[in-house]
Amino acid sequence: MSKTDWPLYEVFIRARSGLSHRHFGSIHAADETMALDHARDLYTRRNEGVSIWVVRSTEIIASDPADSDSLFEPAADKIYRHPTFYKIPDDVENI
Amino acid sequence: MTKEQALITYATRMGDNAIVMAQRLSEWVGHGPELEEEMAMANFALDYVGQARMFFSYAGELDGKGQSEDDICFLRDGWDYGNVLLLEQPNGDFGEAIARLVLFETFYSLQLEGLVSSPARKLAEIAACAIKESTYHIRHAGHWLIRLGDGTDESHRRVQHAIDRLWTYTGELFEADQVDQIMQAKWEGPDLTVLREQWHRQIDALLSKATLQKPADGWMDSGGKQGHHSEHLGYILAEMQSLQRTYPGANW
Repeated sequence: MSKTDWPLYEVFIRARSGLSHRHFGSIHAADETMALDHARDLYTRRNEGVSIWVVRSTEIIASDPADSDSLFEPAADKIYRHPTFYKIPDDVENI
Repeated sequence: MTKEQALITYATRMGDNAIVMAQRLSEWVGHGPELEEEMAMANFALDYVGQARMFFSYAGELDGKGQSEDDICFLRDGWDYGNVLLLEQPNGDFGEAIARLVLFETFYSLQLEGLVSSPARKLAEIAACAIKESTYHIRHAGHWLIRLGDGTDESHRRVQHAIDRLWTYTGELFEADQVDQIMQAKWEGPDLTVLREQWHRQIDALLSKATLQKPADGWMDSGGKQGHHSEHLGYILAEMQSLQRTYPGANW
């Protein structure tokens, strides 16, 4: 059997209606149909979800870890961006 | 044969089919072509074990002699097993595993559908539960059949060979013996003649999608349902039953 590595797919699963799809892991598959089957077979064995997305890993555009300083560090000292300065009335339960 | 006896035998045979299929599928663990596919095979094997347990428990309950699912599974000999011959055939290559899944599951899901309205309530409930698993198995194996059949020259040749080789065991699926006849007449079970036509239509469609040739219906092997098995079943049972036979009642 000729053997070339199957491409990698990232698997996203929606745990239940109303929640967002969350990244669960990755699998190898030869095509999209197989990717969906494999995702189902590997990641929903214990009732993990109600919906699956798969996407070719190469289709994901990722930030470069080397850029972390410029991308994320500046947010560290902007405490005014957090809604911590508001007084929450006692009667408000869900916020 | 009373209709109660027929129901017990029928449920036991369904359990036998499920457990023998489970054994063959579980042999793929450690030998799958890809990790992902191996997990799928193991999942399917476990689905079948679950179904076998339900069928065996039900048969034991109906029989009323205090036989547990384990007694029925582990303490009967080959001639008491009523699985069809198709399922005990050795695994062969991956194409053959896929061919077997497609040929059997297409039959099995139709059989289960034919049972969901049976007045044998519990059997109908088990069938309704098993259909969901079976539908996915067909989907998965069907995808593979198309992929292999419509794939490379080698994959096409090998999966065609598998279909040709296993074809002789498909006739038995539709052979109605006394048990099937009573099931149909008294328990609203499936009519195997109708089921055969449906099976052929579905298999035709799938084979043509997979660019595979349908073998001619030649001589068909049979006898599994009545306990006349090939030598292969003995090895399956020996492996599966050895622990319970050596240490009766062992539990963990």
